[in-house]
Amino acid sequence: MRSDIFFIISLIVGGCVYGLAAALGNDYYFFAGYVVVQYVVLATAWNILGGYCGYVNFGSAAFFALGAYSTVAMYRLYPPMPIPVDVAIGGVASGVIGLGTGYLTLRLRGAFFAIATLALAVVLETLVVNWEYVGGSRGAFIVRPETIAPFGSYIKYLFLIMLLVAIGSITVARLIERSRLGYGFATIRDDELAAEASGVPTLRLKLIATTISGALMGMAGAPFPYYIGYLQPSSAFGLDYAVNSIAMPLIGGTTSWVGPLIGAVLLGSLQQIATVTISSAVNLLIVGFLLVGFVIVAPKGIIGLVQKYIGRRPAGQVGRRRIKADAPEAAP
Amino acid sequence: MIFSFDLLIDAIVSGILIGAFYAAVTAGITLSFGILDIVNIAHPGFIILGSYVVYFINAKLGLDPIVAAIVVMPGFYLLGAAIYQIYYVSFEKRGQESIRGLAFFFGILFITEVSLVLYFGVDYRYVEAPYIGPTWHLGFVDIPLRILVPCLVSVSLIAALQLVLTRTFVGRAIMAVAQDELALRLMAVDPIRIKRIAFGISIATAALAGAFLIIIQPVEPSVGREYIGRVFAICVLGGMGSLPGTLVAALLVGIVESLTSTFYGPSWAPAVSFGFLLLTLAVRPAGLLGR
Repeated sequence: MRSDIFFIISLIVGGCVYGLAAALGNDYYFFAGYVVVQYVVLATAWNILGGYCGYVNFGSAAFFALGAYSTVAMYRLYPPMPIPVDVAIGGVASGVIGLGTGYLTLRLRGAFFAIATLALAVVLETLVVNWEYVGGSRGAFIVRPETIAPFGSYIKYLFLIMLLVAIGSITVARLIERSRLGYGFATIRDDELAAEASGVPTLRLKLIATTISGALMGMAGAPFPYYIGYLQPSSAFGLDYAVNSIAMPLIGGTTSWVGPLIGAVLLGSLQQIATVTISSAVNLLIVGFLLVGFVIVAPKGIIGLVQKYIGRRPAGQVGRRRIKADAPEAAP
Repeated sequence: MIFSFDLLIDAIVSGILIGAFYAAVTAGITLSFGILDIVNIAHPGFIILGSYVVYFINAKLGLDPIVAAIVVMPGFYLLGAAIYQIYYVSFEKRGQESIRGLAFFFGILFITEVSLVLYFGVDYRYVEAPYIGPTWHLGFVDIPLRILVPCLVSVSLIAALQLVLTRTFVGRAIMAVAQDELALRLMAVDPIRIKRIAFGISIATAALAGAFLIIIQPVEPSVGREYIGRVFAICVLGGMGSLPGTLVAALLVGIVESLTSTFYGPSWAPAVSFGFLLLTLAVRPAGLLGR
């Protein structure tokens, strides 16, 4: 399917989701839906680096929080800033930090990269805690307008923005997957040394991946202060963002854009339901057990299970296998 | 920023004391991550679990925390051996230990933390022992016994582990499995069994480190998180898999953290070890005493 057609279809699907939430006639569905859609963005963003390149990022919360705090900083500078501008700024800020992380951790592979991202999250959190301008450890209040012109309540507006960001990030992920960039990422994941040796610019590709992934996470975080109303470091840098953005792609399947989407929608809705019906601690416990269970029992996630059942080759591996098969012929 | 010589000496002494405790916390990671290449990021979770088990025994039976930890160490050893067996069958054997193994341990960390929250709540817990409270004053240097006792036991733990690793058959086999698994197999030693033992020992040290932690400070379930970066920083800085290196690096990190929190304020202290880690990884990935 061509990407522009895909984009239009996903816009239509997004419109249906919005229409459904509106038809239910209760703002709660927008509040719950916002969190689920936000996780779709985070999971998709994580998967660009983690699933396509094989670099595990434990610092998702840091990029998310960076987006959120750039909104707070902008709010302090010019209060009536439209949220789409905040989203763009948050994306740029997190993208720059993502690029910086890439430079800093270029020589690290596997576990060392993962640990470095974890370290980065704590360093950023310490900086924010000590930065009085954005509220420091006390946190910052954002006054959310009650209503906004064509949408009615403000949460509908936020939900729509997050929905658009989600559609955008899925389109980006799908584009990457089907381009030379995606094939390059797959070679890094499969064998970085061999890729480097056969002329794949692994360094540049990794920088692109960390930048895109970081920017998308920042965009997911930018509207968050308006959603929550009161932002403090411990909620913005929460470990549950890091766990969820890893668990969702791994549960859904990491080889294609569908996996994070399925994982995020499933796990996100499950958590929303569990929060309402049982308790918020139990919903986190469910995530933990699902994550451990899935990585042990179904290493390829839900997509892998479905494809095994139907008997097709995994979609994301078509390109990957072709590259592997081509490699000996391409070499003179 | 207030500077005085007394303050400096005092900060260095407390840094050394706390650094020795960090060494005990990191010893398990040095065994699992440094020697066995198992990225056990759940280790701080096991340490907090150890703290709570010790708290439970101390509150119910009034047993000394360190004695209690030594009593439960075999239990932690078995837990570690069981976790390694799961890890081996599901990841190492299939050759996909990297991403999924990491996610596995991340999940375990999360499960441990949330389970403790569900069972004990998020209140701070503490233990009682005769050496918690009194402080020795040597001139202008204060030495609280609650830190001195864990420090001494922790140094003995490192020494004992080092003796086991270098003098006993199993210990040497553990060192060997890190270098060449196949060679071990050729000498009719089961590398999986050796790794299981090593991982068991690494989790067993977490019980003791957990006891130290709850002696030094009150504990709540999420305290473990701030130790994740610290233990890996120390392990990498110490040169991966070297216990003497771990001790040196732990003392260094302890002193720098203590100086930072004395002269710049405690809110900056967490960034120190992580900054250290990022710097080490970027500049000298082999660590101070690299192998």
